[in-house]
Formats: sequence, C-alpha cells, structure tokens
Amino acid sequence: MNDKVRNNKAWWLILPMLLLVAFSAIIPLMTVVNYSVQDVFDAQTRYFTGTEWFVQMLNDPALQSALGRQFVFSLTILAIEVPLGIGIALLMPKKGWQASAVLILVTLPLLIPWNVVGSIWQIFTRGDIGLMGWSLRELGYSYNITRSPLDAWITIIIMDVWHWTPLIALLCYSGLRAIPEAYYQAARIDRASRWAIFRYIQLPKLTNVLVIGILLRFMHSFMIYAEPFVLTGGGPGSSTTFLSQALAIMATAQFDVGPSAAFSLIYFLIILLVSWVFYTAIMNMQKDKKERGA
Amino acid sequence: MSWMVWTLPTAIFFATIAAMLAGMTAWEVVSPSVERKGFLPIATTRGDRLFIGLLSAAYLHLVVVGFTPLSIWLALGVSVLWMLVLMRWG
Repeated sequence: MNDKVRNNKAWWLILPMLLLVAFSAIIPLMTVVNYSVQDVFDAQTRYFTGTEWFVQMLNDPALQSALGRQFVFSLTILAIEVPLGIGIALLMPKKGWQASAVLILVTLPLLIPWNVVGSIWQIFTRGDIGLMGWSLRELGYSYNITRSPLDAWITIIIMDVWHWTPLIALLCYSGLRAIPEAYYQAARIDRASRWAIFRYIQLPKLTNVLVIGILLRFMHSFMIYAEPFVLTGGGPGSSTTFLSQALAIMATAQFDVGPSAAFSLIYFLIILLVSWVFYTAIMNMQKDKKERGA
Repeated sequence: MSWMVWTLPTAIFFATIAAMLAGMTAWEVVSPSVERKGFLPIATTRGDRLFIGLLSAAYLHLVVVGFTPLSIWLALGVSVLWMLVLMRWG
C-alpha cells in the first residue's frame, strides 16, 4: 500500500455523484434540520422553537413504545431468520436441475413488492375467506389479527420470516458454494462429524455474508412500513405500530412538520449509530483475519 | 432558498460542520492521517475520530435536552471538550 504513488485527483470523478446526492439527500436533510427547530406554517409565517420539539418527541410515550416495539421486532426476526436461513442454505441441493429449481422457489418471495406481501397475508389470514384464518378457526382457535395483539404480532413475524429468510438463505448458499472442496476432503480424512464440519469449516466461511445479511435485515426491518401497514394498519390499538408508521401518521396525516422533523432526526441518528457499529465490526473482523493470515 | 426555512442557529451549525470538513481536508492534504490506536477499542484515523466525536455529541445533546433540566450550552461545552480529547488521544 505505502509504496504506491498517491494521487487524489480521482476524487474529482465523484463530483457528479456528490452533486446528485446533495440535491436528493443533503439539501433535504438540511431542510429537515431547519424544520425541526421551528413551528412552520409557511415560508413567511414561522416561529423559532429551539429544542422544544426534541424534548416533546423524546418524552412522547407513543413514540417511546413504538421504538421499543421496533427493537423487539427487529431482534425477533433476526433471531429467527438467521438460523433458519443458514439451515435452508445447508439443505439446498448443490448441483443439477434440482439446484436451479430450488433456487427459483426460494427466491420467489423476494420478488414480491412489500404492499402486495401485506395484501396477500391480509387475505390469507382472514377468518371468512383466508385459508390460514379459516383453517385455524376450524381447528378451534379463535384467530383474529384485528382483535388479538398476540395474533397480529405472530402473523407479522411469520410474514417477515416468509418474505425475507430467502435473502439470508441465498447469501449463505453463495457463501457455502465458495468453500473449496479440499476443506471437506480434509474433514473426511479426519473423520470430522457433521457438526464439526459446520462449526469449524462452514460457519467461519459464512461470517462475511452473514454480517452483510444481518446488517441488511436489521436496517430494513427497522424501517419496515408497508407490510404491517397493509396487514394490521398498526393495530389492534397501536400494538403493531412501528417507528416509520408512527412517523408517517404524524408527518402526513396530522401535518406536524416540526415534531416530525425532530423525530426523523432522532430516527436517523439511531440508524446511523447502528449502521456505523455494524460497519466497524465488519471492517475490524476482516482486518483481524488479514493480520492472522499474514 | 426561502423554502429551506433557514434560521440563524441551524445556519451556524451547518457552517461549522462545513468548516470542519474543509479544515479536515486541508489538514489531510498538508499531513496525511495515519491510522493509530488510542484509548478507543479500535484503530482510527482522524476522520473516524471526528465522526465518532460528532455522533456522540449528537447523542449527548439529545440526552441533555430530552431527559435533564440542564442547559444545551453545557452539552455543547462538554461535546467540544470531548471532541478535543478524542482527536488528541482517541
């Protein structure tokens, strides 16, 4: 690295991208910051409120519980999707037409748009015409996602697991395919058990894809909006109202732009922190590996 | 620009951030940063430490403003001190 000639002129090449990002992200973000310290009626009629919105948002019980629910939801789906995805990847056929067929089947849920996923499950879980809702009712369980918070929660989690476990499975599948056959041959010579092969060959080789998968799933589930919105509408009550929906209600339905801006910034800071921690963890893991390899 | 509803405090805030970025760039050109290990658990460059400093300052301000009766200026003062400590020994 150090004996290379350093030339920073290539940075100019990102200028068009920088302008585009400035236009689409940085300037709007600055505007949000401006909104967050004012009570704005229009460009002329506005009052400086200082930190008032932030105080109000940080102490808002509805938002605090939405944040709590959000973390519970994200951690629950990660705890289910990651082991399940690894398991599916291990079971998937490695070659032949079966491999292609299974790959397509596994990928299918990923191709469906979020709001359609919500609609599918909304109909699927209805007690009168939905297959799942009707079957559960016939079996004697009074399943109702519009009345029982527990039913709603379990359904949303199953829906997310159905929709997104394939992503983890596909990432792990590609990670598994990248392991050279020689490792398995060596393990067979040592008469390693199936578990030992998984623990000491496959899992370490999956670390990188898993970190990417967990990062993507965390970020994405943390911003989940369309699926629960269509399926439960955040109910019963507010038992499945996650952060982005709480924010959308405030920003678009009630048009409280000041408080919404303050809340958006808090939301942004949470996502920024978690992303940074994950990113740093990935980078350090790779660095450790290189140092050990060298 | 009126649609961006600027206020003096937010203008000062963004001007300070812009000045920091410009200053860091100039510093980097004059003497390139070397990654090193300070009291933080990870090896960091100057830019990493600035980012960590700004992010922790944002959280400190939120905590002070949202959950304590203390003044926001106290949070600012502590943040500036913390930033200096972080840049020098972090």
